[in-house]
Amino acid sequence: MSAPVDRGRRRFLAITLSASGALLIGIRVARAETDPDLPPELLGDDLTELGPFLRIERDNRVVIGARGCEIGQGVITSLPMLIAEELDVDWSQVRVIQLPYGYVETDKGPSNKYGDQGAGGSTSVSDGWKELREAGATARWLLVQAAAREWNLPADQLRTASGQVVAPDGRKLTYGALARSAAAIEAPAAPPPLKKPEDFHIVGKPTRVADARDIVTGRSRFGIDSYLAGALTAVMLRSPYLDGTLDTLDDSEARKVAGVRDVIHIPGPKPEQPFVAGLADGVAVIADNTWAALKGRDALKVTWKQGPWSKESTGALAAKANELLDHNEGGVAVRRDGDMAKARKQARYNVEARYEMPFLAHATMETPGALIDLKQDSALLVASLQSPGGASEMISDLTGIPRRAIDVRMTRAGGGFGRRLENDFVGEAVLVAKAAGKPIKLIWTREDDLQHDFYRPFGVHKLAATLDRKKKVTSWTHWCAATPRPYRENGRQRRIFDGCLEPDDFPAGLVANLDKTFFSVPSGMPRGWWRAPLHTFHAFSVQSFIDEIAVTTKQDAVKLRLEMLGDARTIPYSGHGGPTFDTGRLANVLRLCADRIGWGAKRNDGHGIGIACHFTFGGYSAHAFEVAMEGRELKIHRAVVAADIGRVVNPLGAEAQMMGGTIDAISTALNLAITVKDGEVQQKNFPDYPLLRMAQAPQSVEVTIVDSSEEPRGAGEIGVPSAAPALANAIYAATTVRVRKLPIMPQLLRML
Amino acid sequence: MPNDAEPKAGPPPKHSSMPQPLALTVNGKPYEHAGDPTMPLLWFLRDMLQLTGTKFGCGVGACGACTVLLDGKATRSCLLPMQGVAGHQVTTIEGIAGENLHPVQAAWIEEDVPQCGYCQAGQIVAAVDLLQRKPKPSDEDIASITNLCRCGTYPRIRRAILRASESMQAAKK
Repeated sequence: MSAPVDRGRRRFLAITLSASGALLIGIRVARAETDPDLPPELLGDDLTELGPFLRIERDNRVVIGARGCEIGQGVITSLPMLIAEELDVDWSQVRVIQLPYGYVETDKGPSNKYGDQGAGGSTSVSDGWKELREAGATARWLLVQAAAREWNLPADQLRTASGQVVAPDGRKLTYGALARSAAAIEAPAAPPPLKKPEDFHIVGKPTRVADARDIVTGRSRFGIDSYLAGALTAVMLRSPYLDGTLDTLDDSEARKVAGVRDVIHIPGPKPEQPFVAGLADGVAVIADNTWAALKGRDALKVTWKQGPWSKESTGALAAKANELLDHNEGGVAVRRDGDMAKARKQARYNVEARYEMPFLAHATMETPGALIDLKQDSALLVASLQSPGGASEMISDLTGIPRRAIDVRMTRAGGGFGRRLENDFVGEAVLVAKAAGKPIKLIWTREDDLQHDFYRPFGVHKLAATLDRKKKVTSWTHWCAATPRPYRENGRQRRIFDGCLEPDDFPAGLVANLDKTFFSVPSGMPRGWWRAPLHTFHAFSVQSFIDEIAVTTKQDAVKLRLEMLGDARTIPYSGHGGPTFDTGRLANVLRLCADRIGWGAKRNDGHGIGIACHFTFGGYSAHAFEVAMEGRELKIHRAVVAADIGRVVNPLGAEAQMMGGTIDAISTALNLAITVKDGEVQQKNFPDYPLLRMAQAPQSVEVTIVDSSEEPRGAGEIGVPSAAPALANAIYAATTVRVRKLPIMPQLLRML
Repeated sequence: MPNDAEPKAGPPPKHSSMPQPLALTVNGKPYEHAGDPTMPLLWFLRDMLQLTGTKFGCGVGACGACTVLLDGKATRSCLLPMQGVAGHQVTTIEGIAGENLHPVQAAWIEEDVPQCGYCQAGQIVAAVDLLQRKPKPSDEDIASITNLCRCGTYPRIRRAILRASESMQAAKK
């Protein structure tokens, strides 16, 4: 696809990704001031752009745009590595910049010139694996063609290295010298062939965080660090009651606070209607600066109507869940295999247990917030996001401004963990800015964040198994009674059990007789996606329960898992990360993990070892811990994790994700719970939502990553699910106390 | 860049009853604050000076994202009112490096510590303070840093502090 060339202006190649992910290549004219398609970061006077991801300076430095939302998972490094690899430059030549959201309108509807920019489901690397390497390879192809014309040599006689094209006789031209002529060449009809993996010199090499220097010097700009001339700062006082509403408001004292400009009631979404904007009914205090806004908020005198959930409490939810499980009431079949009744009749052993998991908050270190500037027919958003497309849609829905006129700028985000998949804070900022008639920087405090999150669901899992006289598992029951993950879905059709129970998760397909059933527990608590969503939620029950079966039937917990996995083969898997699940790869990481922790060795030091494994989003992981009680303190002596995430793009980043995922899981499993009483979330700040501190964390996490040539899979979530059950299993081994209710520490200290 | 900005006074007093401007030194430069004397240092640094490297995390002194050096000692700035810092020296993350990176910052890059990066300024400032007091810190000394990291970078923080300690010892010789 090519457009007319205007020789009077700078030209560049537009290499874009269509809605289907195909590369579209053409020549366009850059008008630095007016061209809305290119981010200003990629415009300049002394350089040539080769597509929306690339800028090559005359001095041969290369600027690569990072399309993903950087939330700590490392995509600002790993995605540009893919482009740089195929472009064939040295990583030291590369400077990385964050790209904004790339919304474009095409004949076929809305699209994104950068491809998928969201951060969810650990898909950034797997989505970019082909697309971004092809973008790099196409640019390299053009540079080679330009050199071929320059030298009058066939292109196939030329090679590239370190940002230069090299002729057979040793002559060299830098990419910087060739970029302008390359930009005038018609792009290939199809993407050129990609490198063979054995030729990779960037992919697979440990690579440090691309913008680490900015981070350690305090120059990084997160969403909360954005300022705009004329913008006022807003904080909200929201109904503390689930779906509560404002009853009375006296803002006279608040308005007397120096710097407070306005106090505005912002109505919340109506209960039971699709969720479209701010999470709760509230009052915005708008001021010259954050402190004035906070002081103004403290001075508000407000009463609330409690709303429809005023009787909701965690205790009542647990009672309801157990009642549903006791009476087998209203269950939805998630998967049914074989003949359960027959298996039960023939059983030699019956094992049954229930596990309870609390609501969880995301508690990103950077609280939600947004800077928004609404103009008559355009808008600017600067924020820490995971779903920039969702943010753009939300702004358009609430203002009527067309999406092409909405400029969404993602910053480095102070954590995501699924919290920012929702854009309630963007919607809220829009509502405040509309009401105030001014650009608004909305700030959430930690109290706002913990009390107005989209929480990981609460649930009770009932696990039951039968075994024959050879101690082989013959049937498997997994009933889950939970507050469903779907919450005020806006037009999306989800199954009620989505996000709580996965039909094909282990051991489905490996045990002939299987019953997975979901029971819905009504709740007013907003529910969302929490890192590795349902996998943290139900891997704990499954992998704890296997340990219980092993103990009850006096079997080795590793051998039992390996026997259940059986011969190495792929079986169908309908959930995210499918379409298949490879039993051999899971068995492999389990063995690696067992070997590294020293599984099976006789111990007499009072330390306990526990292990667990899980398949999540195409990746395989196993965790093992060595723990001991020292008085009332739990000491984690060793933490081991083995993972198979296919080919690894950045080993240093993958190790960081496995290490961080493990510590996140330990932190959460030991101490974290959100509870509700009388329709109000009880936790307010870190003192009652105590994240792990360094003194409680293991000194190191021993990470093994399988050397694999399989398709790369994301590493952001796979490090979490198997950690909590491995820890609980280790605690059992050390203490013979079986903790079946999370978080662990309050239970353990009660039961010791 | 904010730390290149010329020193400037805060906004003028809103009320005639406001006391005399408070004077303090931030990253070696003199500043005055004429606004609310109860404003925490954190918000003065961020909203008035736009030194945004110092982060808001909890507002109750629990997480350490707002850690700065106050007269050389690691201090949480979110609960520290401006009237309490008049006449004092404040060093933020933007002022930690001299011509070159501070050895702690260099070690942080070398060990590839940051994930989301949000807590890291506070962690680095806390580590600078620790190494001033304990040039050869034990594991327990390092664990006395109570700054929260939601991403779980603690093992690499440990390694970076030990690396910085070694390079600072070597530089002395």
